[in-house]
Amino acid sequence: MFNILLYAVLVMLSLSILGYVYRLIKGPTIPDRVVALDAIGITLVSITALVSIVMETNAFLDVILLIGILSFIGTAAFSKFLAKGVIFDRDRNS
Amino acid sequence: MSVLHIAILSPFLFAIIVPYIYKRLRQIHTGWFVLLLPIILFIYFLQFLPQVKEGEGIVQSVSWIPSLNVDFTAKIDGLGLLFALLITGIGSLVVLYSIYYLSKDQEQLNAFYVYLLLFLGAMLGVVLSDNLIVLYTFWEFTSFSSFFLIGYWHHRERSRYGAQKSMLITVFGGLSLLGGIILLYIMTGTFSIQEMVANTSTIINHPLFLPAMIFILLGAFSKSAQFPFYIWLPDAMEAPTPVSAYLHSATMVKAGIYLVARMTPIFAYDANGYWVWLVGGVGIFTLFWGSFNAIKQTDLKGILAYSTVSQLGLIMSLLGVGAGAVHFGNDNQLFIVATIAAVFHLINHATFKGSLFMVAGIIDHETGTRDIRRLGGLMTIMPVSFTIAFIGTFSMAGIPPFNGFLSKEMFFTGMLRVVKMDIFRFDSIGFLFPVIAWIGSVFTFVYSMILLWKTFGGQVQREKLPKTPHEAPFGMLISPVILASLVVIFGFFPNILSDRIIAPAVETIMPMFAIDEIHISHWHGFQPELYMTIGVIIIGILLYLTLGKWTRIYQLFPNKLTLNQLYDVLLPSLETGSNMFIRTHMTGYIRTYLAYIFTFFIAILSFTMWSKHAFHFESTNLADIGLYEVLLFLAVIIGTVTILASKSRLTSIIALGAVGYAVSLFFVLFRAPDLALTQLVIETISVALFLLCFYFLPRNFHLEKTRFKLTNALISVGVGLVVTLIAISSYSTKLFPSISQYYVDHTYDPAGGENMVNVILVDFRGFDTLFEISVLAIAGLGVYGLIKLRLARRKEG
Repeated sequence: MFNILLYAVLVMLSLSILGYVYRLIKGPTIPDRVVALDAIGITLVSITALVSIVMETNAFLDVILLIGILSFIGTAAFSKFLAKGVIFDRDRNS
Repeated sequence: MSVLHIAILSPFLFAIIVPYIYKRLRQIHTGWFVLLLPIILFIYFLQFLPQVKEGEGIVQSVSWIPSLNVDFTAKIDGLGLLFALLITGIGSLVVLYSIYYLSKDQEQLNAFYVYLLLFLGAMLGVVLSDNLIVLYTFWEFTSFSSFFLIGYWHHRERSRYGAQKSMLITVFGGLSLLGGIILLYIMTGTFSIQEMVANTSTIINHPLFLPAMIFILLGAFSKSAQFPFYIWLPDAMEAPTPVSAYLHSATMVKAGIYLVARMTPIFAYDANGYWVWLVGGVGIFTLFWGSFNAIKQTDLKGILAYSTVSQLGLIMSLLGVGAGAVHFGNDNQLFIVATIAAVFHLINHATFKGSLFMVAGIIDHETGTRDIRRLGGLMTIMPVSFTIAFIGTFSMAGIPPFNGFLSKEMFFTGMLRVVKMDIFRFDSIGFLFPVIAWIGSVFTFVYSMILLWKTFGGQVQREKLPKTPHEAPFGMLISPVILASLVVIFGFFPNILSDRIIAPAVETIMPMFAIDEIHISHWHGFQPELYMTIGVIIIGILLYLTLGKWTRIYQLFPNKLTLNQLYDVLLPSLETGSNMFIRTHMTGYIRTYLAYIFTFFIAILSFTMWSKHAFHFESTNLADIGLYEVLLFLAVIIGTVTILASKSRLTSIIALGAVGYAVSLFFVLFRAPDLALTQLVIETISVALFLLCFYFLPRNFHLEKTRFKLTNALISVGVGLVVTLIAISSYSTKLFPSISQYYVDHTYDPAGGENMVNVILVDFRGFDTLFEISVLAIAGLGVYGLIKLRLARRKEG
């Protein structure tokens, strides 16, 4: 019963990823895509967690943390890029 | 190291000290010091005459590369001694002549004598080596030193052209000779000529017999300027005249003759007569062609060059026909006369051609030109030169009482007896030999007369001559006078040569015969040969007198159809051809090269798979496919298609990132946490780098989507298909179990870790990790260097 539930949630998450991917491809603006990517990242966190439960292992908990961090860093970097055109400022005062 | 070896190598040793002598003793002509060596060598070789006459060869061996059967075996027998005497004898005379010919103030004498000594030593090595590899080494030395000597006046373009041409042709022949030597070694297992002669039957019946023979003959023909390789010899006339006299009449061009004579006992036995026909046929045609072409030359040395070609053809044809004699056994010595004639003419040709070249050099030296259209009437001005030239040309034309007459008579005898040979179809088409020989002799007579009378007869054309003509200094005349006296002496007393030199040489060429007495006489009754000679003289005189009327036939052969023209067209067209070839496939575009690489990848791999029936599909080993793998797979597919089909590069980059993350999810699914971690981080960084690159694209960069190209699509589909098939097949043909159980068992116990991946990375296989660290370090430093160095350059600019 629990397993069926797990699989059902996995399928639902996958479908949502598909939806995000659609948005990722379609666009139409870059921020749409960035948000879609960020959402995909977070969904991946959930999927990884669920897969760990299915596999009965705790080896992937690091992965979950890492995806969270990367997803945040990535989205922040993209946002900065879109806002200012650069990621790393040369001039610290602006 | 025996004395013989030192004698052979002494020119090389002497060549080392020549530049010192030249530098220290500038006031004395360097040639005087050099002159000593060939004279000493000549006397040294003379003392072997009695021994060789008794049939005792002298063999001295020094081990050189024993593991490869290459020993420097020096052997003196009749043939080798004959050549050694020619080389050292004429070498001495040529050095003497060159002392007066080359000015010690204007010429680079050190270079000249070093080259000449190298050549002298190399020639001695060729004729006295019993080991074929050693022979080949010296053979190439002759090619190189000849190259240097022809290009001696290297500031002239014609000299460089002639040197290059002779180099290309003779080295081509030399390499083919090496091929022949290697084939002979494969057949017999030895490089020694003596042992090969002893193993003739193995060689004759070996399938490699014919290729070996053709390779060796190519080498001999190109060196001896036989048809169609004769073209380098006329252009080699750009060399100083002593060089022409020495290399291109008396010695180097006879290296091919020597080789053919030396190889006769090995090859002549073959039952199909290839050797006889090839050597004889090429020789007789060269005789005709050379004498025919000599007539239209206007340069003295040009005539002499073609005449050399023609006379070499004569000797070659005699050797070929003489080789037919081995099929008749010892009981029938009728045909051996051809070989005797070959050896005799070899000597005669060296004497009269050497003297003629020297006379040509004297005329050039004293009048400033060699063009026969500007010369004439020198008979009274240069009486000594005229006398020498008279003897030389009449001997060359085959007129009694000079030695050329005797060898020409024997040549006719040999050619007439060819018709009587009842083997190899000589009885049916062999009649061509005497006919062509006779025609060639007529032309020989005509050009000999042109050479003599156009130069010395008629009126002096003083206004056309750059210098006021006068007789040459005494020193310059010594050598040609000696040679001309030899012509006369051998003409009157031919038998001083026959027992001592000719008989041992013929015995070497034909060891199967016991040579009884050789007797060369002027008069042997009213034989067909005599009528032929009379015919040659009569027709020759008629042709010479009507020269202006029939030389028009030379215009029938346009210049474009000559072999020289072929060479001149072939060489640049080879260059342009290879240039075009390079240009057509080396486009400079990476996409083209990638297309080649991938096409070959597909072609080779699919051909291998197909020809080895390697495709294999086994379903027993396969794991079950879960729903989740299918979904992830679809995600990767969608991402990949998006990369390919997207309109903007940014979309492609993001899709690439998506694929990377999906791959990391695969790692999660397939239980590889370390990989998943690394993959996530690396993917993020690389996407960021891609974005960096994207940002710096030039503004006017077209954001158009990738254009579709059918070939690219085909190649990519092909690569994907091939790789997939190979992966499936290799998975299906797992032959051995994995060794991973070892790691599972030993990760904790000896290695002291629980994470197996990390233990493998740093413990079991730490070396790989070390060098991947190095790769990363290099990449980091490289990036740093690229950025920094570019900045530095920008500052400078």
